[in-house]
Amino acid sequence: MSVLVYVEQADGKFKKSGFEAVSYAKAIADGQGTHLTAISIGNVGDSELKELGKYGASKVLNVSSDQLKNFVNQAYASVIVEAAAKENADIVILSNSFSGKGLAPRIAVKLKAGLVDGAVELPQTTDGKFTVKKNAFSGKAFAVTELTSVNKVIALNPNAFGTKESAGDATIENFTPEVKTTDLTAIVKEIVRATDKISLPDAELVVSAGRGLKAPENWGMIEELANLLGAATACSKPVSDAGWRPHSEHVGQTGIAISPNLYIAIGISGAIQHLAGVSSSKVIVVINKDPEAPFFKVADYGIVGDAFEVVPKLIEALKAHKG
Amino acid sequence: MKILVCISNVPDTTTKITFTNDNTQFNTSGVQFIVNPYDEIALSRAIELCEGGKGTVTAINVGDSSTDPTIRKALAIGADDAVRINAVPRDAYFTAYQIAEYAKTGDFDMILCGRESIDYNGAQVAAMVGEFLDIPSISIIKKLDYDETTATLEREIEGGKEVVSVTGKFIASCAEGVAEPKIPTMRGIMSARTKSLQVVEAVEIAEVAKVVKFETPAPRGAVKQVPAEEAAKLIDLLHTEAKVI
Repeated sequence: MSVLVYVEQADGKFKKSGFEAVSYAKAIADGQGTHLTAISIGNVGDSELKELGKYGASKVLNVSSDQLKNFVNQAYASVIVEAAAKENADIVILSNSFSGKGLAPRIAVKLKAGLVDGAVELPQTTDGKFTVKKNAFSGKAFAVTELTSVNKVIALNPNAFGTKESAGDATIENFTPEVKTTDLTAIVKEIVRATDKISLPDAELVVSAGRGLKAPENWGMIEELANLLGAATACSKPVSDAGWRPHSEHVGQTGIAISPNLYIAIGISGAIQHLAGVSSSKVIVVINKDPEAPFFKVADYGIVGDAFEVVPKLIEALKAHKG
Repeated sequence: MKILVCISNVPDTTTKITFTNDNTQFNTSGVQFIVNPYDEIALSRAIELCEGGKGTVTAINVGDSSTDPTIRKALAIGADDAVRINAVPRDAYFTAYQIAEYAKTGDFDMILCGRESIDYNGAQVAAMVGEFLDIPSISIIKKLDYDETTATLEREIEGGKEVVSVTGKFIASCAEGVAEPKIPTMRGIMSARTKSLQVVEAVEIAEVAKVVKFETPAPRGAVKQVPAEEAAKLIDLLHTEAKVI
C-alpha cells in the first residue's frame, strides 16, 4: 500500500495546483501510515523534480520521453497505472485541472477504482468508510462520496487545500514504461498558451465584470485593476454570449467554477447560475450600482456605486498602496 | 456517419437545491428537469455535422422512465432516434459502462457528450467510455471539425488551447463554443413523438462509489458596506482585515 500523486507540468515547470496535489497526497499518505511517490511525465529538470520532496514526496518517478512530451490522456493514464502497480499504490491523486479531468476517469477505469473529481477536503476514514467531500450542483452544494472500491482515485480542486511544506528529501528515479502506439492515436498539433495572462482556474485573485460595464471597450479598467492585483479576469454569461469576452472567461453554472481567495464582481447582479460558479470563493467583493442586486446577499464586502467611478478609485488606491 | 450523443437529465439551472431523507437525497419535488446544457451543445454539433443526409444522430440516456420527457426534448432538437438504458444512474462509472456496452452494438464514428453534468459536476463519463472502449477521449473541447476520416478538435487548457487531431473512432466532451444550442422547432416537437425511443436493460457492474450525504455551503456573514466615495478603504480592508491582497 502506498499513495501515488501525478504532478502536471507545463514547459518543464510544475504548477501551484501540482504542489497542492502533492501536499494533499502527503496528508493522505500520513493518515494511511504509508509513503508518497510522485510521478512526473515530460521533460523536467532535476532541481524542479527535487521540489516535490519539499511537499512530502519521498520518491519521484521521472518519465522523460519524447513520445510523451505532449499530454495525451490515453498514454499518460497507462503510464500512471503502470507506476501505481510498480509502487503498489492503491490511492492515486491528481489535480482536477482541464487535463486532470480527461485523465482521472481513464485511470479509474484501468484500476477498477471509484473516482472523486473536484474534491475539496481530505478524505475521512471513519467506521471503515472512505469518504471524500466534493463540489456538487455547481457550488450550490457538496456531495460526500464514499469510495467502496479497493483502489481509489481523487482529483483535487485547485486552490481548495493549499500547499504544505514538510521537511523531506525525494529520491529521483527514472522510469521508462513501454508506450503502446494505440495509446497515441490522438495527436497534439499545436499548443497556444497566453503566457502574459494568469490562468483563471489556477488564479488566487479574480476580477470579474458583467453587463454593468455596458460595452467591451470598457474592459480596460478591469484589466488594469487585475494587472495591479496580479489577478485573472473573468466575466458573466451575458458578456461572453454577446462576444464581449471569450467563453474561457465565463464563470458560473454553465461556464467554469472557480474558488479563488478573492473574487471581485463588478456590474454583475448575481443570478443564481452565476453565484453557483463562484460561491466557494473565500472572499467576495461586489460592486454594483443597484443596492438590491442579489449578489450583495452573498458578498463579504460591498460597494453600492457606479463601476465607472468606483473602479478608477480602486486603481488609484492600489497604486498608492503599492507605493 | 453515425454519431452517438450522451444526454443527461438534470435540474434546471434556476433550481434552488434542497435535500430530503436526512440530506441523503436530492429533493426533486417541484423541480423542472432539462437536457444538461453542455449535452445540448454536443447534440447541436452532432446535428450540424449530419445535416444534408451526411449521417444520423442517436441520443442515449441512462435513466428510468421519468427521463423520457428529456429524451423527447433531444429528439425534438433533432436527434434521429434515441435509446434509454433502463436504470437509475448510480455513478459515472456505472453510466459510462452502460454507454460503452451500448456503443459496442452500433458502429458509431464518434461519441459526443457535454463537458460535465451540472448536477453532480462529474466530468467523468467521456474519458471513462473512452477507456472502456479503448478509443481516444478528448475532454472539454471548444471546437470540433470533421472531414470524413479525421477530426480536428480544440481542447481547453489552463491559459490557452491545444489543437488535437484524431483519425478513427473517438469520444469528446463539449463545452461552450462547439455549437450554438439549437432550439426545437414546432415541426421538431411534433416529429419527436413518433421517433424511435428504444429501451435497453442495464448491464450489472460492481459499485465503486456512492454519495452518502449532501451538505449545503455555510451561509456567509452580513456584507460589510463601503461607501462609494470611500472606495479606497476597500483596498485597506482587503489587505489588513481579509488578508487576501
